[in-house]
Amino acid sequence: MDGPGKPPVFLARASYRQRRLRDATRLLPVVAAVLMMVPLLWSQSDGLGQPTSAVLIYMFVLWFIVVVIAALLSRLIDPDHEPGATNIEDLR
Amino acid sequence: MTGKQVLLIEDEPNIIEAIRFILSRDGWAVATHSDGTTALEKVRAVAPNLIILDVMLPGRSGYDILRDLRDDAATKSLPVMMLTARGQSKDRELAERLGVTHFMTKPFSNAEVLENVRTLAGW
Amino acid sequence: MISFNLLIFVALCYVALLFTVAFVAERHAANGRVNWLRSPVIYTLSLSIYCTAWTFYGAVGYAARSGLEFLTIYLGPTLVMVGWWWVVRKLVRIGRAQRITSIADLISSRFGKSTSLGVIVTVIAVVGTTPYIALQLQSVTLSFAVFAQGSGQVWVAEDLNAAAIWVAAGLAVFTILFGTRNLDVNERHHGVVMAIAVEAVVKLCALLAVGIFVVWGIAGGPAATLDMIDQSAISEWSPVGGRWVGLTFLSAAAFLCLPRMFQVLVVENADEKHLATASWAFPAYLMLMSLFVVPIAVVGLNLMPPGSNPDLFVLTLPLSQGQDGLAVLSFLGGFSSATSMVIVATIALATMVSNHIVVPIWLSSTARGATMSGDVRYVVLLARRMSIAGVLALGYAYFRVSGGGAALAAIGLISFAGVAQVLPVLLGGIFWRGATRIGAAAGLLTGFALWAWTLFLPSFGSEGIMSASMMAQGPFGLGWLRPQALFGIDGIDPLLHALVWSMLLNSVVFFVVSIFTFPTPIERLQGAQFVNVFAHSSSPRAATQSAAGAEDLLIMAQRIIGSGQAQALFQAAAQKQGKEGYLPDVTPEFIERLERELAGSVGAATAHAMVGQLTQGANVSVQDLIAVADEAAQILEYSSQLEAKSAEQENTARALRDANEKLTALSIQKDAFLSQISHELRTPMTSIRSFSEILRDGEMGADEQARYAGIIHDEALRLTRLLDDLLDLAVLENGQVQLNNSEGSLRGLLDRAISAAGVDLGELGIHRRAADEQLTLFTDLDRLTQVFINLIANAQKYCDAEKPELRIRVRRVDGAQVIDFTDNGRGIVADHQALIFAKFSRLTDSGKAGGAGLGLAICREIMGRLGGQIDYLPGQGGAAFRVTLPATATRPR
Repeated sequence: MDGPGKPPVFLARASYRQRRLRDATRLLPVVAAVLMMVPLLWSQSDGLGQPTSAVLIYMFVLWFIVVVIAALLSRLIDPDHEPGATNIEDLR
Repeated sequence: MTGKQVLLIEDEPNIIEAIRFILSRDGWAVATHSDGTTALEKVRAVAPNLIILDVMLPGRSGYDILRDLRDDAATKSLPVMMLTARGQSKDRELAERLGVTHFMTKPFSNAEVLENVRTLAGW
Repeated sequence: MISFNLLIFVALCYVALLFTVAFVAERHAANGRVNWLRSPVIYTLSLSIYCTAWTFYGAVGYAARSGLEFLTIYLGPTLVMVGWWWVVRKLVRIGRAQRITSIADLISSRFGKSTSLGVIVTVIAVVGTTPYIALQLQSVTLSFAVFAQGSGQVWVAEDLNAAAIWVAAGLAVFTILFGTRNLDVNERHHGVVMAIAVEAVVKLCALLAVGIFVVWGIAGGPAATLDMIDQSAISEWSPVGGRWVGLTFLSAAAFLCLPRMFQVLVVENADEKHLATASWAFPAYLMLMSLFVVPIAVVGLNLMPPGSNPDLFVLTLPLSQGQDGLAVLSFLGGFSSATSMVIVATIALATMVSNHIVVPIWLSSTARGATMSGDVRYVVLLARRMSIAGVLALGYAYFRVSGGGAALAAIGLISFAGVAQVLPVLLGGIFWRGATRIGAAAGLLTGFALWAWTLFLPSFGSEGIMSASMMAQGPFGLGWLRPQALFGIDGIDPLLHALVWSMLLNSVVFFVVSIFTFPTPIERLQGAQFVNVFAHSSSPRAATQSAAGAEDLLIMAQRIIGSGQAQALFQAAAQKQGKEGYLPDVTPEFIERLERELAGSVGAATAHAMVGQLTQGANVSVQDLIAVADEAAQILEYSSQLEAKSAEQENTARALRDANEKLTALSIQKDAFLSQISHELRTPMTSIRSFSEILRDGEMGADEQARYAGIIHDEALRLTRLLDDLLDLAVLENGQVQLNNSEGSLRGLLDRAISAAGVDLGELGIHRRAADEQLTLFTDLDRLTQVFINLIANAQKYCDAEKPELRIRVRRVDGAQVIDFTDNGRGIVADHQALIFAKFSRLTDSGKAGGAGLGLAICREIMGRLGGQIDYLPGQGGAAFRVTLPATATRPR
């Protein structure tokens, strides 16, 4: 990442944005995984679970939303952007 | 008794031919050799009364051969006449330090060669 | 009903199309036009080989049997791709930085370039993938059988087998043709990837078309379809938590570990940026692939006669509705799914088998090592081709032995569970520096054994390898070893049971053994490079104190990656060190670079072994041990700045050292030059003087007189030539030379040079390739010819082979036109290579040479004046000179 030299304390706005985007990219699969397990909760509840068609619709809508968010993130994120400095939050 | 055998160690065929002509005309038996590495064996085989030695030889330089000749008791006092085309003063100095009997630069005059051979071989 | 023959015809046309696509893509790539072959879209589509025939046909059957559970097979890869920033990005970066050729290579390379780990992963991959290939063969033959039945034929087992063998053979031909065209350093196969992208589109379109037809054409719209779903047997399904989570995890793991996925995901990746696109586009592809699965299953269950195979609904449903065109499209979709999977899986497996099993065995069986024995390139290619045929034969054999049928359908998940055993070691390897080679091997073997015991062997059924009693009571009556109830824990779903136990124990053993073993230095170095791949662009290196000559390394490299590329690599390295020519100093940095380049062709372990043979194996010294001891501090120290600085210092020091050596050499040379000139001039003068005195003396025959006059004449000519050369050189060196540019053919120039050098009279054989010499040159033709004459005459004088031969080859290297003159003699020893272009540098003093040793010095000056250059090309098996023509010489005015 960064050399042992003195890092600037404040990031440029663009770098800060890039960092938060990366956080979001890391978080997305975790959130998606949790939401994909939600149908398990419905049907465990003694036969009063949702009909299969509802589960189907839920899964595909979720899937679609995940794809859209991933597409947005991947457009905004710049894989070449090397964070030039340590974040002020990281220093605290 | 004085021998009449000369060994010429030189690699330029035309120079060999010239020296051989000059010396044979004067009654010398001339053996020749043109390779530096095997020159010492040739010396032992021929047992000449005089050696004419070129400096620039394929395999081994004339200086190295001279040094070995001087290190060997059998050839320690054998007359050696050196020929060189390089002709710088330090070549002569080196040769003299190594114990050369006479040092000549190329090109030489035929008369000079003949005279030196006669002197060195004991006439 | 469509006739069976027509179907065969359509299938053949489709295959022909694929061949054409692959061929055209290869041609484009060969011409350097790879841009459109290397787009994020193509990359994304190539990932679709995840969707095999098992998912194309089988997903509907899966849904008909177990409801929405089939979704988990797609959810895992979706999560992996959406979470690309976690794992996939790192894998791709490592893959590129370390020039990884396969997943076995990655593991082997990470753990100290270990050969044994490579073998273990290769074996797991082969065992796990072979049934899967069999499954694809089965699906293709079954779909053929459906059409055969439709046109009134009833297929028996023989027909199925015959179809399977044809398909397998066809795939072998395609894969060998496009998968082993060359030992591309990057292991990229443009033709194959392009064909797969086309197939990806075909299978998606086919499935969507069938889905749209089913929803709007049969069921009567989305709302009606949803109603129908809720009323069907599928709605009785309720998710089982363990299986839902377990299968999602399993498919995610398999997505990373399947050899074919690793091949397209990491090895064939041309640009890390493509990942960003694939991160959403591939999940979208998967979503579309599964969108209509449930409707097709439900409608199939409603409409098709009871007992018909739900696995084939995608095909039989359109057929039963008289939609022949749609059925054929659907058939092509299934065919595409099967063939693309088999092709890539076979390439991936063949690479692993040849790099990790065949080549190491071959290397150790040839005692003298890589440089001496034969052509490594040829052996590797041959091994790869044989491996492809072998893998397909294995798949076919499995298809025959298992007898097809329902047993095969279950093999998909079993196969996944098998290759997933690599996951702990893979993740541990790239995230945890403490992972060791022994730990990795122990974990892998534990996981593999458990998988085989609890899942793979039982899958052959009670008539298979495991008897019913063994399943019920355990081996030798040891109840706690029952394959489906290890340690007495009973009543779990067999797949889940196997998955949990194998992954758990695999990880635990890997972790614990890693903690208690100590890694070798090279493991620690590799570990640091893998785990911190983003931190150091250029990595800490083993201080290889090498005894290998650069020339030996060049000889070996040429054998593996081809001469052009090897020479370019060496020249670039030499240039970077501030040296001229083709032989860089053998620094640790260079060795590492070379190893990585070679690894791209033969895998890390093999490349390491080959280079190791030459560098005397003294790879890591005590100093390195100390250097890597404090790893955290080391990483900080290797900041890029420090790195750059020390490299700069190193370069400066080297330049100074070289300059000093040159100066010393120069002052010696100046003396030597004078005494050389003196010698060269005085020698002919001696003969002239001596013989003219003899002639003056007279007293000889007419014969002798003529002879001696002749000698005088010859020596006078020699003297003139020498003076000419000296003057020529002086003029060239002072830059006063006038160039007379004109146009002429290279061929004519060479003809002229050869006859001027008097080759016709000597025994030197000359080999030329007339076709390459069809070049029109515009330069000073006389000067260029003078260079050629010199080189040819040199070969004539100095080539010491029994049957001296000179090869003249015209080619393009890095955009420049070069002419190589290579003889079959002993060549020039490395120490002298730098000297030969100096004045009077006749290396042997044999009078036979005749020249004064000015020839090459003049050649060098001439080529410099013409704007080109002349170099000695080491490692060609004889003396080799490369004349590089200036760019302006080959272009017409």
